[in-house]
Amino acid sequence: MTVNPSPPSEAPLALKVVGISKRFGTLLANDRIDLELRAGEILAIVGENGAGKTTLMNILFGHYVPDQGQVWVFGRPLKLGSPAAALAAGIGMVHQHVVLADNLSVLDNILLGTQPLWHLWSRRQEGRQRIHTLAEELGLTVDPDALVGSLALGERQRVEILKVLYRGARILILDEPTAVLTPPELEPFFQTLRQMAGRGLGILLISHKLQEVMRISDRVMVLRAGRVVMTGKTAEIHPTALAEAMVGQRLPAVVKDSFAPGKTVLALQQVSCGVLEQVSLTVRRHEIVGIAGVAGNGQSTLADLICGAIRPHQGQFHLYGQVLRLISPAEMVRHGMARIPEDRHKTGLIGSLSLWENWVIERYRDPEFSRWGILRHRQIYQQAHTWLQTYDVRGLQSGDPRQALQMPVQLLSGGNMQKVILARELCRDPQVIVAHQPTRGLDLGAVAYVHAQLLAAARAGAGILLISEDLEELLSLTDRIAVLYRGQLSPAVPTQATTLTDLGLRMAGQEVADAV
Amino acid sequence: MRFEPRATVPLWLILSAPIAAIILAFLSCSLLILWTGSPVWAAYGALLRGAVGSPFALSETLTRAIPLILTGLAVAVCFRAKLWNIGAEGQFYGGALAASLLGTAGLSLPRPGLVLVLLLAGWIAGGLLLWIPAWLKTQFQVDEVVTTLLLNFVILLGISYLLEGPLKDPLALGWPQGRALAESALLPRLIPRSRLHAGLIIALLAALGVWALERFTVWGLEMRAVGANPEAAKFLGIPVQGVILYTSLLGGGLAGLAGVCELLGLKGYLTLDLSPGFGYTGIVVALLAQLHPLGVVGAAVFIAGIYVGADTMGRSLGVPTYLADVIVAAALLWMLVCMGLARYRLRWD
Amino acid sequence: MSALLSLISLISTTSFWVATLRIATPLLFGTLGEVLCERAGVLNLGIEGIMTLGAMAGWLVVYQGSGLWWGVAFAAVLGAGVGLIHSLLTVRLGVSQHVTGIGITLLTINAAYFVYRMALPQVTSPPKIIPFSPWPLPGLSSLPFLGETLFTQPPLTYLSLVLVPLMAYILYRTPLGLAVRMVGENPQAAASQGIPVYAVRTGAVMVGSALMAVAGAFLTLSAFDAFFFNIVNGRGWICIALVVFAAWDPWRALAGALLFAGFDALQLRLQQLWGSRIPYQFFLMLPYLLSIVALILVSRHAKAPRALLMPFRPGERI
Repeated sequence: MTVNPSPPSEAPLALKVVGISKRFGTLLANDRIDLELRAGEILAIVGENGAGKTTLMNILFGHYVPDQGQVWVFGRPLKLGSPAAALAAGIGMVHQHVVLADNLSVLDNILLGTQPLWHLWSRRQEGRQRIHTLAEELGLTVDPDALVGSLALGERQRVEILKVLYRGARILILDEPTAVLTPPELEPFFQTLRQMAGRGLGILLISHKLQEVMRISDRVMVLRAGRVVMTGKTAEIHPTALAEAMVGQRLPAVVKDSFAPGKTVLALQQVSCGVLEQVSLTVRRHEIVGIAGVAGNGQSTLADLICGAIRPHQGQFHLYGQVLRLISPAEMVRHGMARIPEDRHKTGLIGSLSLWENWVIERYRDPEFSRWGILRHRQIYQQAHTWLQTYDVRGLQSGDPRQALQMPVQLLSGGNMQKVILARELCRDPQVIVAHQPTRGLDLGAVAYVHAQLLAAARAGAGILLISEDLEELLSLTDRIAVLYRGQLSPAVPTQATTLTDLGLRMAGQEVADAV
Repeated sequence: MRFEPRATVPLWLILSAPIAAIILAFLSCSLLILWTGSPVWAAYGALLRGAVGSPFALSETLTRAIPLILTGLAVAVCFRAKLWNIGAEGQFYGGALAASLLGTAGLSLPRPGLVLVLLLAGWIAGGLLLWIPAWLKTQFQVDEVVTTLLLNFVILLGISYLLEGPLKDPLALGWPQGRALAESALLPRLIPRSRLHAGLIIALLAALGVWALERFTVWGLEMRAVGANPEAAKFLGIPVQGVILYTSLLGGGLAGLAGVCELLGLKGYLTLDLSPGFGYTGIVVALLAQLHPLGVVGAAVFIAGIYVGADTMGRSLGVPTYLADVIVAAALLWMLVCMGLARYRLRWD
Repeated sequence: MSALLSLISLISTTSFWVATLRIATPLLFGTLGEVLCERAGVLNLGIEGIMTLGAMAGWLVVYQGSGLWWGVAFAAVLGAGVGLIHSLLTVRLGVSQHVTGIGITLLTINAAYFVYRMALPQVTSPPKIIPFSPWPLPGLSSLPFLGETLFTQPPLTYLSLVLVPLMAYILYRTPLGLAVRMVGENPQAAASQGIPVYAVRTGAVMVGSALMAVAGAFLTLSAFDAFFFNIVNGRGWICIALVVFAAWDPWRALAGALLFAGFDALQLRLQQLWGSRIPYQFFLMLPYLLSIVALILVSRHAKAPRALLMPFRPGERI
């Protein structure tokens, strides 16, 4: 555990936050939060998904206006709700989903807004020089003329950091910065952070990864359900105390039975497509195969391929033991493949349509649900109601079931939306399930639910392909695990025979000595 | 004080938006009336009288509503699937042309049969005219707004050529107009001594049909899904391109029907001024009705009333009849404002 | 063969090129205006109506006795005003840009006709004004061929040509242009750099609409000398197509406008040549058909500004 060597105790108070509250409709995202940050200090803010960390940071940076509360930056009150004011006060934010324009160059993205708009010429040469100097000092190399859209995620994050430092930020907010880094890239990143803290920057680090928080922060603050439940010096807190504070209760450990795998249901043989090169994998009944890897190494292409959205140039795709000739999303639906997509808002559900419509949307042409083109509403409502209740979708209990089923799904919480997708996909007892980041953005309760359902499906005989960036999830659920790096898939090894270190090395593209 | 987005929009707000829009449109256009020198009350009074002040006025309003119901349906169906059909005007004329060609071809069918054949022909013609831009959209990603618009000009020029040339009625004393249709092709009058014709029944049946289609059938579900989120629809196995294409046949067909009804019910021969912009007004009708097929009927009658009343206003007070178009367009814009504002709530800090 | 020869001889006359530049001017103003709007992320389908309004308003002001440039200025200001209405709806309230544009076109066209009817109630033929006359540029206008075609044009044509490098410079080399491009690509990113997204988008739409109105004013104050119904005749919609063809770039907009105007000028001359054999309507159809063909060729690979048609909604859950 290496902590910042000279923790500043009498350093100036960089940031003082008092009583911040913010409500979105019925959801109280932040509840009277207080916070103090000194110059040169790294404060980690931890909490599970939905705890209110990102909301708080967005308020500090001016994206949202809080309902109550005040903020002082280096003693001066901060005008809330204006990113321009936050920038002028010296606050810089590296967002969780990097905000850069893909079609413009790195230089353009960094220079934007740094000169008054009425200036008649753009000081590009000067800007180039300064960026070069900054990049060299901190070891963050970028090509200023590259289009942001062509950069890998880790590089884009570097651009975002440079963007913030270029403006002379004195307070740096980093929202889940390690999500886009492989395990070997973490230490250099932490060194950069320590360097910046050493120069007097105050750093707010958002994370839900406790090991990293223990490694790098001076102080830590835990948020749960929008409220601060614990703060203190990192050196004086034990990780389990942190974990319990985050969750608030003891969650039952996930128990994974192992089953004897059955017949092969899904197989890819030497498939090349887009960034994927010669990928081979098999999934058998009763087993869960995991695909690990940092985002941007081909996971989306792989998921799109298996879900039928794109076709391979080379190689063969086997389903239920037979080669698939026709590949399209409709075909996969026809074959009874259950698909849980990465983005439940964009692809998994149609937000403005109702619960029953989203539930029946893949099967409305079945004779059970329509005849001669006319929907059999009664049948649909009955089944939808039953299954949505079975999968614990909230909001169906009270009142008239028909009314409740008419609600547009975009009004549901993230966890409930995922349950609707699960109800839709799993109610048919599928033999193949493809899940792409199924627990992203969900609170721990919902995560546990999704895991339990996947395990139950495996027990019942489904073969599951689980693509996830969450290594802990993969290690606890899967029977075999493979790593995707730059479009190449490593052979799947039994999960019990591998370690976090091995996986980390593979995720960074390095060879691993086979464990004997 | 600032605007804050609402989580959900209450139903009463959604329903009151069209009403508020119409009131605001009338209020804002009263400035133009003042400029003409007429008192606003007198002008709007004349409008009201001309629209519904007598049985004859009412019959005129309903007559004018017939093509508007059909073009309104055409636009609503397409917009629902996010197919931006601005070409209803051209599809209208295409339908009328097809009906004119067949109706003057000397087919010896009894009235119901002939009318049905002409309606079908108009449907197919209108449908094909929208199918082309829709196909270009699915194959070449060409934005249909521009193509449907430009096709309007092309079609009108084509009809102008035909009416001055091959289709010209030799009995028309030099005016460019088509030959008169056979007597058995014309739609009967619903009320004697008025111009209200059976096209109203066709329009109402069409509205009911579209409503049933959207609510009870798989195609309605598909069109809704594709319009709301084409990416998700594709992922979920819905044949997005196919849906866009059949939507175009439906929407274009409805606009073509509008042309046929106007031809068979009112004029009896094809002219270049068969439509004073019904295709474009249909857009306003569809939006005021919030794309709901039954709402389209109400919105169409209402807007028809404005146009018919404006004729009276023009005759008795000298107010240029363009005012009707201005009021209608203003209603559209105010509708958008009201819908936009309904999404927000005022917060006093 | 003789058809080809007569075609070539048509294109090589100075009158052909003079006409091309004249026809291109409103297209250029309109396309540049729309490029500006769309680069900022806003589709402005009100262009046909704004051009009509600019044509009528500019003409009316001159008819009442003001100078020609006052007419142009008035049209521009009016156009900016309509652009403000458009952006209040689309940028501020975030409603459908398609529908707003159509609504504005319907409103402004009919408002223009209404005002014209009110101002001149009983006319059989539209009254005329004295339009802009060509400004021969000293020295340059005596050059062979170019002198007559390029350097003896009315002032608005010169203005439109000068606008091309000006807009390119502003868009690509100034902080303001960068801000405009950024709000059209990723307004969140722009906001996170302190750029006032609403203000930039609204400004772009207003300036763009002013240019569109000047396009219309050119028609009544320079190309023709009177206002008549259907004077714009679809030019606005053609500009929308030209924007895609120009890949949202000012220089390519110039190329597109010239290409298009050339075809239109050609079509006019062909009418005179072959008008007895082919009905004039087919010639008139050519510009519209050509626009559709151009769109078919370029749409598949067109890279529109990423945030085009997407309203920016700060304060909502990101």
